[in-house]
Amino acid sequence: MNRKIVFFTVSRLILLEALLMILPLVVSLLYLEYSMALSFIISVGIAALCGGMGWWFLRPVKGEETRLYPREGFLIVALAWISTSVIGAVPFYISGEIPSFLDAFFETVSGFTTTGATILTRIEEMCHGALLWRSFTHWIGGMGVLVLMMALSPAGEEQGRTIHIMRAEMPGPIVGKLVPKVRETARLLYLLYIGLTILEVLFLLFGGMSLFEAVVHAFATAGTGGFGIRADSFASYSPYLQWTVSVFMLLFGVNFNIYYLLILRRFRDAFRNAELRCYFAIAVVATGILTVNLIPVFQSFGEAVRVSFFEVSSIMTTTGFGVVDINSLPGLSKAVLLLLMMIGACAGSTGGGLKVARVMLLFKTARRDLRRLLHPRSVGVVQMDGNRVEDYTLRNLSTFSALYALILLATFFILSFDAFDFETNFSAAVSCFNNIGPAYGAAASDYSAFSAVSKLALSFAMLFGRLEVFPLLLACSPSSWTKK
Amino acid sequence: MNIIIAGCGKVGGTILKRLVGEGHNVTALDQKADVVSSITDIHDVMGIVGNAADCETLEKAGVASTDLFVAVTESDDTNMLSCFLAKKMGAGHTIARIRTPEYNDDSLSFMRQQLELSMSVNPERLAAEELYNILMMPAAVKVDHFSRRTFEMVEIQLKEESVLDGMTLSEMRNQYKANVLICVVSRGAETFIPDGSFALKSGDRIGVCATHAELQKYLKSLRLMKKQSRSVMILGGSRIAYYLTKMLTASGADVKIIEKDREHCEALCEMLPEAVIINGEGSHQEVLLEEGLDSMDAFVSLTGVDEQNILISMFASTRGVPKVITKISRTEMESMAGKLGLDTIVVPRKIVSDVVVRYARARQNSLGSHIETLYNVMGGQAEALEFRVGPDFPGSGIPLRELKPKPGILVAGIVHNRKPIIPSGDSFISEGDMVVVIARHRKSGEPTLQDLSDILG
Repeated sequence: MNRKIVFFTVSRLILLEALLMILPLVVSLLYLEYSMALSFIISVGIAALCGGMGWWFLRPVKGEETRLYPREGFLIVALAWISTSVIGAVPFYISGEIPSFLDAFFETVSGFTTTGATILTRIEEMCHGALLWRSFTHWIGGMGVLVLMMALSPAGEEQGRTIHIMRAEMPGPIVGKLVPKVRETARLLYLLYIGLTILEVLFLLFGGMSLFEAVVHAFATAGTGGFGIRADSFASYSPYLQWTVSVFMLLFGVNFNIYYLLILRRFRDAFRNAELRCYFAIAVVATGILTVNLIPVFQSFGEAVRVSFFEVSSIMTTTGFGVVDINSLPGLSKAVLLLLMMIGACAGSTGGGLKVARVMLLFKTARRDLRRLLHPRSVGVVQMDGNRVEDYTLRNLSTFSALYALILLATFFILSFDAFDFETNFSAAVSCFNNIGPAYGAAASDYSAFSAVSKLALSFAMLFGRLEVFPLLLACSPSSWTKK
Repeated sequence: MNIIIAGCGKVGGTILKRLVGEGHNVTALDQKADVVSSITDIHDVMGIVGNAADCETLEKAGVASTDLFVAVTESDDTNMLSCFLAKKMGAGHTIARIRTPEYNDDSLSFMRQQLELSMSVNPERLAAEELYNILMMPAAVKVDHFSRRTFEMVEIQLKEESVLDGMTLSEMRNQYKANVLICVVSRGAETFIPDGSFALKSGDRIGVCATHAELQKYLKSLRLMKKQSRSVMILGGSRIAYYLTKMLTASGADVKIIEKDREHCEALCEMLPEAVIINGEGSHQEVLLEEGLDSMDAFVSLTGVDEQNILISMFASTRGVPKVITKISRTEMESMAGKLGLDTIVVPRKIVSDVVVRYARARQNSLGSHIETLYNVMGGQAEALEFRVGPDFPGSGIPLRELKPKPGILVAGIVHNRKPIIPSGDSFISEGDMVVVIARHRKSGEPTLQDLSDILG
């Protein structure tokens, strides 16, 4: 293991974070929030100092080994996410907006992992700078910090092996490139991302939101995060805004490769994509069930459809905005939403969960293996979009699913030490691990009631969920850190 | 440039590595998923799995917007077909590897025209040409030609107790009065572009640029001159052996090929009536000695197994064969073989990648003073390039002393009105000249030399 290059890359990332914190700093200055601005200045200073020192002392000397292997890729991703979350929590803590550092860490992890679970009970009292930084972490974490670093990396740099970092950070069972170069791919992804975000800001402005509100909500939607600025999330916004946000949440849950295909005018390839079709089919069916289930509650078909579509698209893309009190929903609707939490969005999107592609592959593999039980000599090949899925990918998938279940259950078990009911504990574990945000029972609006141990466990569950288990698990294993 | 490489085997992989190093957008296409994934793991390229001659696969690889399509799959037919399709689907230029001897005769130009191929490459023939050049000048470990053989650049390994040991270049020039230019020296892992005060050491590998006649004179005065190889033993009856034997027998040399497969021997007999074909296991030393290894002028080991080539070459060296050439197919074995004392090593796929890289660079810069020839010299540590000077070259008419090229770059030869000039500080470049430039290997990220004006600081 090449520790030096791992820490060097992480230092560069912390420098980048210092740069990113300048945006909320400017916003605090614009709103004349000087104490918040001061804490951002201090945080930028700390990040620049840590990152700068690491970068200066660890920069590769000529002739030194700088090659990245999968092992380094995983460790870089794990360390990078933990350290950016710690540094990102500093401004909340210094300014006193969130008095406990653990709470600030929870909030930042929840931001970067695009979960949107909050420990804040009175959001309306937060200052603008802090609110913007909260949502901005969603936006950065959605597409990935390391992907951003790659997009900004200088042209001549050796990029051959950075694909290992990209694979470890981007969600989904198979990570492909859009164009031959990693750097260009990262740039394209961010361009698409920025474009869609701006589009949403425009739509929200049209619906009467102020620029600040529009930007904050667009960031939270784009990263499929879910931090809002009102205690009731989206319930008090107009139906137009609710519809707009529902549609954009659904759009950000789509694999970004599809948008690239659309730009290339390869419409047939884009619309024939099996995962995309399945994703929309699930959304339609779930909305249907919820609508039928909710008509008696709302007494109006139009409102039932709007609420159902909003909730389905919010939960399925793992955003976590809400328009109703989720606890007041009937049992069937709650069950459907819990299932959607686990399925999640498309691979290669900003959403979390198991990912539709994985669920499809799991079903296909299960069908093949069941048939093999009946016909022991039968030969079966799992296909996706007409391409054969490699056995390596399938083996990886079954390991992933087993670890996924184990971590989910472990989190649930740790939460059970707190004095909440079964529903709260289980749904909170599912919700944080899949990066959604709101859960049932006591966790429906915020997580402030949980104990410190539970908050820490949930923070790591969020990181495990966002990075898809492997990087963090490998970072926990001492054998990854040995030199050889 | 956007480049697609179809077929990522030995040759494809080497070409891909060079082109990625030059900063191109490369897409790798291969039928085997594991080959593609092992390439995308290491290199910054996009990987596509599929048949290179299938339109759908080509479309997926983005053939319509590609500038250069290189087909180097196993099969000539696939290469030709996929190049043809790629061209029809909008690829800018196409290069196919065509190596079957039947295709490489008179029908080649017709096929190239009909298939609209920009170029066809035959790695085995290119390798055979390189081997032939070395056998014609056995003192050198590598020979490259510029401007239709007006200039030659030879690489010489200075042996222990060489007369040049400790001598500076200006002393050497005064003592030997030869009109040659030592343009590049590699010592261990380092490469130098030497000036007059540079002192040579034994063990150095030097690159010497001059006309053929001057070089002969120079080598003779150094007592390095060896006579051309008149009798050559070749181990392994591969395609390279076939082409090499044809060239050697045409020049009047005696060739003995040792091949272990009986049927293949018979086929070789038919194709090469002037050579002696021996059916025997060449890895047995007895067989080699029996066939007169000791009295040979040169021994060329061309079997398909690198390790075997290395070991038998070492054996031939110990038996005192004046010139031993080792063919190696895995690039990483080259430096190891060098450490074992074998000096003349030929790596066929490096030669092909030189040709493709030259083509890509020339296409990128089709105006101005573009590249005519490109060789990777000194074991890949330097490049030798030849440019045709265009009308807008800013350094025309300025003496080289004032031209001040970038560090690590040297003007090694000028052909003015077909007359070769070994440049001094007073020489100058004018329009229409051919200029030979030696450039030390650049670090990753530095721009490549594409135009003659790139050499200026």
